[in-house]
Amino acid sequence: MEHESGHVVEYATLIKVWAALVALTAFLVAASRLSSGAAAWAMLLITPVKAGLVLYFFMHLKYEKLLLKTMAFVALATLLTFIGMLFFDISFR
Amino acid sequence: MSAGGHKDYQGAKIGMWLFLFTEFMLFGGLFILYSGSRALNPEAFHHASRELNVPLGVANTVILLTSSLFVAAAVTAIQKGRRKTAMRLVGLTAASGALFLVNKGVEWGAKFHHGIYPNGPALAHSPPGEALFFGLYFIMTGLHGLHVLAGTVLLCVMLAWLARGRIQPDDCVALENSGLYWHLVDVIWIFLLPLFYLAA
Repeated sequence: MEHESGHVVEYATLIKVWAALVALTAFLVAASRLSSGAAAWAMLLITPVKAGLVLYFFMHLKYEKLLLKTMAFVALATLLTFIGMLFFDISFR
Repeated sequence: MSAGGHKDYQGAKIGMWLFLFTEFMLFGGLFILYSGSRALNPEAFHHASRELNVPLGVANTVILLTSSLFVAAAVTAIQKGRRKTAMRLVGLTAASGALFLVNKGVEWGAKFHHGIYPNGPALAHSPPGEALFFGLYFIMTGLHGLHVLAGTVLLCVMLAWLARGRIQPDDCVALENSGLYWHLVDVIWIFLLPLFYLAA
């Protein structure tokens, strides 16, 4: 039987994603020096984008079948639900 | 591996992802603990975070991001049939992992020197919130460090497999899955950087 193989992601794509990750890290560090409010917003906005870039391109999630995408979505949504429930609990104590 | 053996590419990938989900939940639990503790001790977390070495944390971030690029490029290289390039890239990834651990060792060493460790003299006299911050810092970066160590060992095994021809352009799921593990380690560090180093 012929071996199945994953999608080939070109080097240029990978390098662009890496450059974006380094640039976002620079933004994150710069924002954290401005004020604690800017640091919190930068963390909430930039960090998930960075994680998303790694998951989507480096981890090939973009090129996976719908089954795997759905599984990843359900797992992450579960985790986010728990984090959300925690903050409801803390803020309404 | 043995010729004619049954291989299930999708199965191997899904199995690895299921394992990665358990890792997300493992660290996710700790992130929940961190968030809850920080919400209850905002001042202490803000103050304790100043003790951390931001340039070292950022340097380690760049090291891990770059190593993630190396291992992703290694998968591309082997898929294109360039075994030597793939071996060089996997070697660079493992070397980056080792460099990360050296930095971490230097950082922890400096903290220990200043009496900052669980139940250490510096933390015994500081507010409970700060001891909590450093407890979480050591647990989370320590658990992450163990993952970096495991990933580095795994990449060394992949290097040996590449050298022996056990990983082929049309049969490289072992390298792909090792890469996935390494990227997971990178994703977790992406969250650890702002939570600990940039919280001041």
